[in-house]
Amino acid sequence: MSAAPTPAKAPRARRARRAAGRAGQYVALACYLVFLAFPLVWLLSTSFKSPQELASIVPTWIPREPSLENYRLAFEAHPLARSALNSLLVAGSAALISVAVAVPAAYVMVRHRSPVSRAGTAWILISQMFPLVLIIIPLFLILRNLQLINSLPGLVLVYVVWNLPFSLWMLQGYVRAVPPTLEEAAAVDGAGRLRTLTGVVLPLLAPGLVATLMFSFVTAWNEFFFALVLLKSPERQTMSVILTHFVGAEGVADLGPLAAASFLATLPSLLFFALLQRRLVNGMLAGAVKG
Amino acid sequence: MSLTAPRAEAVPGDRGTPPPRTPARRRQALGLDHGAWFLLLPALLPILVLSVGPLLYGVALAFTDEQAGRTESADFIGLLNFTDLRHDSLFWESFRVGLVWACSVTALQFALALGLALLLNQNLRFRWLARTLALVPWAMPEVVVGIMWRLVYHQDAGILNRTLSQLGLIGENVDWLTNLSLALPAVVLVGVWAGMPQTTVVLLAGLQNVPHELREAAEVDGAGVWRRFTTVTWPALRPVVLAITALNFIWNFNSFGLVYVLTQGGPGSETRLPMLFAYEEAFKYGQFGYAAAMGLAMIAVVAVLLTVFLRNRLKEEER
Repeated sequence: MSAAPTPAKAPRARRARRAAGRAGQYVALACYLVFLAFPLVWLLSTSFKSPQELASIVPTWIPREPSLENYRLAFEAHPLARSALNSLLVAGSAALISVAVAVPAAYVMVRHRSPVSRAGTAWILISQMFPLVLIIIPLFLILRNLQLINSLPGLVLVYVVWNLPFSLWMLQGYVRAVPPTLEEAAAVDGAGRLRTLTGVVLPLLAPGLVATLMFSFVTAWNEFFFALVLLKSPERQTMSVILTHFVGAEGVADLGPLAAASFLATLPSLLFFALLQRRLVNGMLAGAVKG
Repeated sequence: MSLTAPRAEAVPGDRGTPPPRTPARRRQALGLDHGAWFLLLPALLPILVLSVGPLLYGVALAFTDEQAGRTESADFIGLLNFTDLRHDSLFWESFRVGLVWACSVTALQFALALGLALLLNQNLRFRWLARTLALVPWAMPEVVVGIMWRLVYHQDAGILNRTLSQLGLIGENVDWLTNLSLALPAVVLVGVWAGMPQTTVVLLAGLQNVPHELREAAEVDGAGVWRRFTTVTWPALRPVVLAITALNFIWNFNSFGLVYVLTQGGPGSETRLPMLFAYEEAFKYGQFGYAAAMGLAMIAVVAVLLTVFLRNRLKEEER
């Protein structure tokens, strides 16, 4: 325990101040909880309400007769299932490709410090900073010449590149945690670099790989700007773009399906975060501290 | 960045004699051999071709009159786009909105995230719940965040109006997102909500770096909460604060999706961020060259900040 005076020894005034401080902290925490939670609660609540309840003058917090009607309507109104499949395909392949490409690169960047590695790391930082419009216009022109506008492979390509810097960054952290002595032992045994990488480093990297994969997947699944610009026909669009069609059709009647579709679009990311929360936070913390 | 990783090439024995100039030696000017390049290129090439390349191309486009419908190649027009931009009052309006938005979101984000991080660093009940909830906005697609807040702000069916009127704070329902003076603050609040996770996590990391002994020593010396914060916590937190604030400002200044979904830049151009303006210019009106020039102008703002940020960061690393 600390060397601070124990409550028993503290004068009564200080003890009272302590208690008040504690209470204040709980009040503040409660405020945060409300601020963070209430939009979510509202989204969920709206998605389960019947059209009549949504149209009532005084909105209710909790649906009186919860129904899945909105979820059914959402699938009828727009090609939601199709867009979910598109998102799944695009985000899945983008994540797999970018991580597959990033692992060897991250390994080299950590183990062989060189101007190239440093330039790569600098690019990771810089790439976070320029306005996307400056990159999407040329990309649009390039992809148009390659006939890759309005195509899912074209979007995968863009997402792979977009995911790469962050994947490299995360993976570098995980590679750094692998003790070099193990690799040296493998080298003494005559294993080449590729063998060392696949046989020694990769198995130790597995948890980090999974985390990076999931993070890349979620990033691509959630992405909006590139998808909005590059995908034109509704049956090719990803979920985040399809959702904006719900918004475009204004009117109270659409609020329910809109909420339902939105919640569905969040489910995969929420699931991943629930599974991965601790590891992700720790990874981010490590990254933030060691940079 | 750790400097402890051993250099694979370093040979301990021959430090004194200069190495002979062989081709292999020259290749190592970049510190990499064939095998290393073989492992690096699959990642470097796509980045170069589809990220660095387009960026340079984009910069070049800013000096041309490239348009959407053109069949012949675009003409080099020098600084014309930039002179046009200088006289474009709508652009300056969006720039102003962008700065107001980025400053207020960044500042509020920081203040709220710092408060939350300090609370989460305490041994409080329910902090796991706050920790989980604080991360949720991060997991949500920005489009969904926008839609969700539209539902909250909705004039008749929204929970905000209902709560406020039940508390007796408003007489009649407000349409937050189409009101000229309320739209920007309403959108800022969403930006703060959406951006809190990263800031909180980073600040929490910074707090865990604050040496416990120092804080306890200060407590024994009778320093109050505020004194302890200003003399122990804040100095240790400073580098992290600097980094996350600079990054947040840049991200916020360049943001698009949230506001696109919430207001499409309206009412009028009250919430039309530079990115929304540039997007419309490029993909609604097909003015690719002009929009690229806007992108460059936005980078100018970011570059100033980046310089400050990197200079400070380098100083930190030199220590």
